[in-house]
Amino acid sequence: MQQNNKITKGFWIKLVSAPILMFFFAYAMVPIYDIFCEITGFNGTTGRVDSEQQYVVDENRKVEVSFFAMTMGGFPVQFGPKVGSMEVIPGKFYTASYIAKNNTDETVVGQAIPSVAPTEAALYFKKLECFCFNRQVFKPHEEVEMILRFVVEPEMDKRIKDISLSYNFFKLES
Amino acid sequence: MTTATASHDDHHHGPEKGLMRWVKTTNHKDIGSLYMWFAFTMLLVGGAFAMGIRAELLQPGMQLMDPHFFNQLTTMHGLIMVFGAIMPAFVGLGNWLIPMMIGAPDMALPRMNNWSFWILPFAGGILLSTFFMEGGAPAFGWTFYAPLSTTFAPDSTDFFIFAVHLLGFSSIMGAINIIATVLNMRAPEMKLMDMPLFVWTWLITSFLLIGAMPVLAGAVTMMLTDRNFGTAFFDATGGGDPVLFQHIFWFFGHPEVYIMILPAFGVVSHIIPTFARKPLFGYSSMVYATASIAFLSYIVWAHHMFLTGMPVAGELYFMYATMLIAVPTGVKVFNWISTMWRGSMTFEAPMLWAISFVFLFTIGGFSGLMLGIVPADIQYHDTYFVVAHFHYVLVTGALWSIIAATFYWLPKWTGKMYNETLAKVHFWWAVISVNVLFFPQHFLGLAGMPRRIPDYSLQFADFNFISSIGGFAFGASFILLTYIVIDCVRNGKPTGARPWPSAKGLEWTLEPKAQYHSFSTPPSRKLIEQESQNS
Repeated sequence: MQQNNKITKGFWIKLVSAPILMFFFAYAMVPIYDIFCEITGFNGTTGRVDSEQQYVVDENRKVEVSFFAMTMGGFPVQFGPKVGSMEVIPGKFYTASYIAKNNTDETVVGQAIPSVAPTEAALYFKKLECFCFNRQVFKPHEEVEMILRFVVEPEMDKRIKDISLSYNFFKLES
Repeated sequence: MTTATASHDDHHHGPEKGLMRWVKTTNHKDIGSLYMWFAFTMLLVGGAFAMGIRAELLQPGMQLMDPHFFNQLTTMHGLIMVFGAIMPAFVGLGNWLIPMMIGAPDMALPRMNNWSFWILPFAGGILLSTFFMEGGAPAFGWTFYAPLSTTFAPDSTDFFIFAVHLLGFSSIMGAINIIATVLNMRAPEMKLMDMPLFVWTWLITSFLLIGAMPVLAGAVTMMLTDRNFGTAFFDATGGGDPVLFQHIFWFFGHPEVYIMILPAFGVVSHIIPTFARKPLFGYSSMVYATASIAFLSYIVWAHHMFLTGMPVAGELYFMYATMLIAVPTGVKVFNWISTMWRGSMTFEAPMLWAISFVFLFTIGGFSGLMLGIVPADIQYHDTYFVVAHFHYVLVTGALWSIIAATFYWLPKWTGKMYNETLAKVHFWWAVISVNVLFFPQHFLGLAGMPRRIPDYSLQFADFNFISSIGGFAFGASFILLTYIVIDCVRNGKPTGARPWPSAKGLEWTLEPKAQYHSFSTPPSRKLIEQESQNS
């Protein structure tokens, strides 16, 4: 049996490396997805600011921010916002707080994951400080107040009048 | 692998005797047959699961099984049909036909070919063995979304992951083999645009396979490490994201649906010109349409995820990109219709299957367009409308073309003719029952019946009853199909080299039953031009 064109080494390398590359592409999708979410606010990913910078503030513009709280199954800490919602002026910094109470006799470690709806607002919802930046340790029967300091940037689409911010608390194993 | 080409000269006198022939074979025809029989066995197994599903859904209320077992059946039905039946059947057809169609003696990498087949029974066996494990088989749907498949799945999921890895290896090796065969083993006189469309569609499908299957392997590997080694790719607790799973899965999953339909387009493009007795209309547009469908299939994946919370801009992009696929697909459908236009048509069994493919696949394509419209999809998502849609494209699309191809090339494979009367009876039986089975599911879906649920409310009872009856009739039709094929192999009347006098293609220039190695000397330019579809 004759081969009409011999399979060259280069052709072999291409044929075999293509699937291997695509396998690692699946892994590359993990950081790509993170960066994509950060840039676009896709999936409700919120942004961060490092300092209280100055924005051009329009005192007459008002946006209602509502706070929500959830806990994943198996997380034994009561968790909720101190106030259900607040009216904010885009460009100004505000502080809001959540109350958490550990009802068990054990120390619980958890991490809160934020999400903003609508997703078009997520890009402009920036946090200076947030309890969600770090893991939280709850001592037995301890009640803590956790704060976040945030700003809604004025560049946000003027048609958006309501923003929902929700936190979902997960238990960390250690 | 280079040794395979060198040492092959000394044994092309015919197959070994006995069982070891099949275990050790490196012959493309033997391996093609193994693939086809394996796929057919899996089709019957997956079909048996479907019968269980339809039996449970015959009447409202829980009748036969507990919901967990029902979920196992739907999951395994999907996995077995996609990875065990449709894909191996197309690889089998490719093995049988591609060397004969391009004037080659065998596949380029015969030993890898043997390996890529013999992985399959083990992968299928591992997948099926999960039924007998503690916690049962995977029950999270064939799309195995995290965290259902990571945090909340039974231990048997690790076996499922291993089986998917093996299936992926097999498909990737099959694809590499086909690319190497088409690009290196083609008759020297055959240019790319002389290639028959089945070869073209398989070449393009191979590129989809080597692009998409490794991504699936990546997804299940992440699942594996999430489940057992403490990573958190899909676990929000550790900074991961379950939605990421859906992106990775559908980045594989959407090309996958074209992997299962492009070779079908190739098959139909052979059968329709033969029985319309006209050359294929628009050969080169067919090639370019196939290539553009393949390209587009990589950039539309998120239309499966409109309900995961996507910005409007993203929804619009994925909606329009999805709609765009209808253009090259429409080119193909119009080309088939133009080929039949004013042709001297006869309606032998392969042609009946091919025409009903064009008609019923187009119905599935249209319901796909409906699902691609974002506001409509919000209503249709995860209902029986989706089930009806993908069964119209996969059963009356992919499977139809495989049956058509089997009847069309069976005389070439065996040198014998099947029983035409029985084949026609079987066709009408199957085509009527499949519509009784799947058409009412459109109505159920539009009325809001969710998929993957073993029970339903009373207003869905009538259509489900009709659908189940159609399902049992359709399932029974495969008993007749088995008989027709075995009857042909055993007692069929011998045929000439070209049982369909109007058929074109190099495979028909071989003797009635194609010999063990097809073209020991490559065909001449004159013969290639005579047999080309592009003339």
